[in-house]
Amino acid sequence: MQKSVIEVSGLFKEYQTAAGPFPVLKDVNLRIDNGDYVAIMGPSGSGKSTFMNILGCLDKPTKGKYILDGHAVATMEENAVAGVRNKTIGFVFQGFNLLARSSLLDNVALPLVYSRIEKTERHARAKVLLEKVGLGNHINSRPNQISGGQQQRVAIARALVNNPRLILADEPTGNLDSVTSEEIMTLFGQLNKEGITIVLVTHETDIAEHAKRQVRFLDGEIVQDTLTNGNISTNNVLSEAI
Amino acid sequence: MFSAMLGEAWHAMGANRLRTFLTMLGMVIGVSAVVLMMAIGQGAEASVKRSISAMGSNLFVVLSGPPRVAGARSATGNAPSLNVKDADAIGELDDVIGVAPVTMGKSQIVYGSNNWNTDIIGTTPSYLDIRSWSLSAGYAFSDSDIRSATRVALIGNTVAQNIFGDDIDPVGKTIRINQSPFVILGVLGSKGQTLDGRDQDDTIIVPLTTAQRKLFGNQLPGSVRMIMVQAESDNVMTMVEESMNGLLNQRHNIREGADSDFSVRNLTAIANSAAETARTMSLLLGAIASVSLLVGGIGIMNIMLVSVTERTREIGIRMAIGARQRDILMQFLLEAIMISIVGCLIGIAIGVGGAVLVGIFTQAEIIISSDSVLIAFSVAASIGVFFGFYPARMAAQLNPIEALRYQ
Repeated sequence: MQKSVIEVSGLFKEYQTAAGPFPVLKDVNLRIDNGDYVAIMGPSGSGKSTFMNILGCLDKPTKGKYILDGHAVATMEENAVAGVRNKTIGFVFQGFNLLARSSLLDNVALPLVYSRIEKTERHARAKVLLEKVGLGNHINSRPNQISGGQQQRVAIARALVNNPRLILADEPTGNLDSVTSEEIMTLFGQLNKEGITIVLVTHETDIAEHAKRQVRFLDGEIVQDTLTNGNISTNNVLSEAI
Repeated sequence: MFSAMLGEAWHAMGANRLRTFLTMLGMVIGVSAVVLMMAIGQGAEASVKRSISAMGSNLFVVLSGPPRVAGARSATGNAPSLNVKDADAIGELDDVIGVAPVTMGKSQIVYGSNNWNTDIIGTTPSYLDIRSWSLSAGYAFSDSDIRSATRVALIGNTVAQNIFGDDIDPVGKTIRINQSPFVILGVLGSKGQTLDGRDQDDTIIVPLTTAQRKLFGNQLPGSVRMIMVQAESDNVMTMVEESMNGLLNQRHNIREGADSDFSVRNLTAIANSAAETARTMSLLLGAIASVSLLVGGIGIMNIMLVSVTERTREIGIRMAIGARQRDILMQFLLEAIMISIVGCLIGIAIGVGGAVLVGIFTQAEIIISSDSVLIAFSVAASIGVFFGFYPARMAAQLNPIEALRYQ
């Protein structure tokens, strides 16, 4: 197994606007090791969401190298990238993004449909994960019948169903109250202890406190990379540059 | 995988029932129109064909005349230019399988207190074979009746009804034709109407010689009004027609370029053109109905485009958790195909039901062929693929981030 899950070097991203190219990410370098728990922070427009999208293979950088689990994403073809999103990465979104028409069980099992797994196994695995996030007795409910916190748990179960190495969470507590947020963060902590690498984007410092490592973006650059206990991160590219 | 997708397509259809129903309605109307129109068209075609086969197949009729009196030509059939020997000579030609000389006229017939005026056909026994006319009772006269010019008759159904009614069996009874007594040997099977509405059953057939000598008399002994000729098959019709013309011109000493004193008519060609007309009509009906199928297809495309826009976010989610472009394409394509196939099945049911009802209420002949149902079905399925493909491809090519951000 690779020691680092994510290796990003010299990453640039520009958007084409009417006023010419607008840089969003400027020379971002970051390494995230297997089993790490990283909070990416920064104000709106700092480029952290764009960075997450690139990490999640939903977007492509303008320039630079991104190695995910030992493979250079830029050289992969479209179907392989879909396979990575399906098996290597689990996504958790701010708005939960569950399919409103499907039951919780079908929602959690959905990634397995795209891995060509049989129905009985799909449902068995989805059921195990719903039980793990504490919703084992709601498997036939619809997303609109449960609370926001419960919906986010379902989303986390869906992210976990294909045993990914990496969980990418974009403001996972942004739509939740503080008590529920705390529960979700506890769940993330537990998953990290089980060995899953977690990268989450947040702008709340108390949420970021749950992570082992905090990376701060400002104007498309990493301006700070610290361990939560106060030490400068061992992977800090900035410190290497100093 | 596929079954999961089918299930999802089914769910998606159920999610907005009214809209799915309206979309399907286009398909339903199109398919039922095609099935119904083809049933009516093919029914009409079949009834025309039956009239043709009732007349007999591969038939010519050789008519005498037209006679020329001081340069003015009169109607065909009026000159005594054909005779029984001509008929015998035609019978010797290659590919001719039947010849029947015919003379005819109208006569008053009487039985008891009933009387009736009808066509009398004087001919030979082969006439019945040529016209594939069978007897519903009794038996036909034979060549010996021709030789001895006996007073026997076969009567048509309409005549039998009118002078005997339902209760009396005509076979063996004696009727009077032009005052002469005739014994009825048999009753002709019913042939119904010709294409122009003439009742073919309103007739009496007697031996040729009897008609010539004892009923109508003759300008020239042995002359006949016309000769019916049956060729072996459709392919030899032209050849037989040419050799008949050659033979009769020679026998009648007609010089090349001069007017013939007879004319040959191909009855089958006339009938075939009627069948052709019916076929064209049935094609036309089908074509008009197919236009509504096309409109139904466009309706499906329209709704699928709306559906893709509406479900952009869902497409984004699916892509984020690992759906490939092909998966998304298949999902929307399946939905379009399913709408058109379900619509098509309902349409077939309505079309078949409608055709049966039309058959019951108008007495028109209706033929529901498995072909027309199959054609409607496959056309509908291809319309689903054709009109579903563009929206499905649009969905598959969405950018995942933009799709996820879509509100």
